[in-house]
Amino acid sequence: METYDIVIIGGGPAGLAAAVSARKNGIDRIVILDRNPELGGILNQCIHNGFGLHTFQEELTGPEYAGRFIEQIKAMGIEYRRNTMVLDVSPEKVIEAANREDGFFQIQAKAVILAMGCRERARGALNIPGYRPAGIYSAGTAQRFINMEGYMPGREVVILGSGDIGLIMARRMTLEGAKVKLVAEVMPYSGGLKRNIVQCLDDYGIPLKLRHTVIEIKGKERVEGIVLAEVDNNGKPIPGTEEFYSCDTLLLSVGLIPENEISRKMGIDMNPVTSGPKVNESFETSIEGVFACGNVLHVHDLVDFVSEEAAIVGEKAASFVKESGAGKEDKTSGRNVRLNPAEGVRYIVPQTIDIMRMDEKITLRFRVDNVYKDSFISVYFDEERILHRKFRIAVPGQMEKIMLLREQISKYPDLKSITVKVESE
Amino acid sequence: MYDIIIIGGGVSGTAAARELSRYKASICLVEKEEDVCSGTSKANSAIIHAGYDAEPGTLKAKLNVRGNEMMGKLAKDLDFPFRRNGSLVICRNEEDMPALQKLLQRGIENNVKGLRILKKEEVTAMEPNITDNVYAALYAPTGGIVCPFGLNIALAENAYRNGVEFRFYTEVQDIKKIQDGFALYTNQGMLEAKYVVNAAGVYADKIHNMVSGKKLHIVPRAGEYCLMDKGTGSHVSRTIFTLPGKYGKGILVTPTIHGNLLIGPTAVDMEDKEGTNTTREGLRQVMEKAADSVKNLPISQIITSFAGLRAHETQGDFIIGEAQDAEGFIDCAGIESPGLTSCPAIGEMVAELIRDKMGLEEKADFITTRKGILNPKELGREERSALIKENPAYGNIICRCEMISEGEIIDAVTRPLGAKSIDGIKRRTRAGMGRCQSGFCLPGTMEILSRESGMDMSDIGKSGKGSQILAGKNRDLL
Repeated sequence: METYDIVIIGGGPAGLAAAVSARKNGIDRIVILDRNPELGGILNQCIHNGFGLHTFQEELTGPEYAGRFIEQIKAMGIEYRRNTMVLDVSPEKVIEAANREDGFFQIQAKAVILAMGCRERARGALNIPGYRPAGIYSAGTAQRFINMEGYMPGREVVILGSGDIGLIMARRMTLEGAKVKLVAEVMPYSGGLKRNIVQCLDDYGIPLKLRHTVIEIKGKERVEGIVLAEVDNNGKPIPGTEEFYSCDTLLLSVGLIPENEISRKMGIDMNPVTSGPKVNESFETSIEGVFACGNVLHVHDLVDFVSEEAAIVGEKAASFVKESGAGKEDKTSGRNVRLNPAEGVRYIVPQTIDIMRMDEKITLRFRVDNVYKDSFISVYFDEERILHRKFRIAVPGQMEKIMLLREQISKYPDLKSITVKVESE
Repeated sequence: MYDIIIIGGGVSGTAAARELSRYKASICLVEKEEDVCSGTSKANSAIIHAGYDAEPGTLKAKLNVRGNEMMGKLAKDLDFPFRRNGSLVICRNEEDMPALQKLLQRGIENNVKGLRILKKEEVTAMEPNITDNVYAALYAPTGGIVCPFGLNIALAENAYRNGVEFRFYTEVQDIKKIQDGFALYTNQGMLEAKYVVNAAGVYADKIHNMVSGKKLHIVPRAGEYCLMDKGTGSHVSRTIFTLPGKYGKGILVTPTIHGNLLIGPTAVDMEDKEGTNTTREGLRQVMEKAADSVKNLPISQIITSFAGLRAHETQGDFIIGEAQDAEGFIDCAGIESPGLTSCPAIGEMVAELIRDKMGLEEKADFITTRKGILNPKELGREERSALIKENPAYGNIICRCEMISEGEIIDAVTRPLGAKSIDGIKRRTRAGMGRCQSGFCLPGTMEILSRESGMDMSDIGKSGKGSQILAGKNRDLL
């Protein structure tokens, strides 16, 4: 069986940044296994710009952003196998995969980095009634058709869900000659970034209908229209508000789900809120030496933050390999501080911190569960409030972060949990 | 002039075609859609019923039990997925016990093997997720689950291999009695046959009434279902029914042969023979009633919902045999549940009837077996590796949710009676049938179909004419 120090599953932004960082931290035997024909993942179909402002201080398109990392991978001579599907990973870190050239093969890894990304929620998850005609696509599928294959998936379009890909596709389809009639969002706020609403909808006069959803799909062979209805505070359609819109295409941008089928099969503990693995301060999952980063861990808003997170993971995985090889004593203190998302906070990544193992500082990433204005984000060390920061607006579509210092935490030797919440005053 | 024309490429029509292809006769099957398995056969519970439901003495009772017996061997011969997982009909209180007893008696009369009534404790031990309100259950070990697409397509391919001609997109619009047979006027021209088998599903009344004064009336009875992600199929091991009511067997909860969990169907009579749309109310009912028999249903893992139409004939039983006032016209009508289970027996009955009437001789070279699409997942490590070495397309996974390789999709498109649409590929390989519902694999699958069939990308349909996936190239509309 082949052996590698680190096997990275997925060659999108997370996998690439993790690989570069692991190499910089002294690991030679690294291989990236990617299921697509090209490294770069979904970035390859994101031909719009706006990537890289944090990482490179310039505005890049998706392929350009991926290209920066791919160049480094090539310059560093990091191995990668494309068109390669990982079928299974055992808790002992034996990876089973298949591709055209190597056939069905196994690799024993010392450390594994999960970087499989996420997928879009499909129509079935919404259970929208009606026929099952052609013309219903997730926004990402439409993006792939247009940007990579050169085909238009439709002429007259309604978009359900105001996630970023949906917003981007509203503009893209308009530019390619389609008529985008509206974007409907069941929530009272958009799930996408503010800048995308302005640049992709407002600039093109595409209406965004908040608190609206599609309650029926018409058409048997191909979509002929949809019925839109306003929803009440519980998200239930309000009778009498139904409106018919003729269209031949319904795009869905109704959420992203981390693709953790492999992680679940391995028996990794999952967080039901993020749908990603539970991780500690080193982004290590419940299986030692198995790490996770990027959208497989939690859905990010900006790729820059994926790269940042993945770089840390590459470093942590490298340390793990070096430490286990040198037979060094485990630094684990065995005392984990639990991160506790409370009022207004949906989740926090990571879920635990081991003070002995944490770096000088750690970034907690989280999302709020609603739109909050002129409120406070507070951090409690057990019962004691140690941070109380005013903010103007926080929305679920945008990831928030808080930085904590080791110095700060180590002042509380009996600390059990760190709570993050939104407070009105 | 053909000896026999079969109208309809569902399980009844293809089972009849396959059984008739044992004999020396020229046979043609006409189907109005682009593929076999395009109507009722593709949207149902996928259950092989034990046979305790139907009134003793009816065709439903007889053919159900016979079909159930035949299914095991047929699945081996024709290489489609089938498993006897057993079924339970549960009742929730003591007052229902006479009804359960009656079902047991009926089953015994129908000659169903191994039936017994289980007490609450036994049921709970067998099915930990059964409702806490269960009182007792009728257990039928011979109940099973099948891949209905696999069954239907296998029958068709085997019939084709044995010389049956298939004509798709061929809709019978009128039938006239002629000397020695019938003239079928279709949208593709006129066809003649000595014998006609009417296996037209929800349209079997329309076809029958073209030649017979003794009118049939088929009421499409819609049934809606929800399907949950792979892995949820272990929530129950057996098929869970509740006591049958006026409109059928009620809402069932069952694992599918591929490891999903299926709940449904509703039962709503309607006039529209194409009304396969789901409804808000129907889906709500499915979820609500399924929860009455099984607890903790993983509703959040629903990946799709669908509706099928049962071909319910108002007299209640299957109508199989020669129409009284049209010699040579053989009906296979009113094939609602347990039609899928009964189909091998229906095919046998129809074939024997025509054989006897026409005096057909058996062929010496009838091919009894058919090999399905190779599934690399069923191979051992070494074999799978060897397969990919020999044909690298089996190493290229296109559908990540169901782990379907390019090799399997190529096979589905290029084999005899191969897939011509995305749904055709889906039913043959399961590509696109998983949790992302073809979000990722659709472009890749289309490219393979286009390359292997010569079809232009823009012409590829989800399920045939009018269902094109694409609207043209970029900027065509500008």
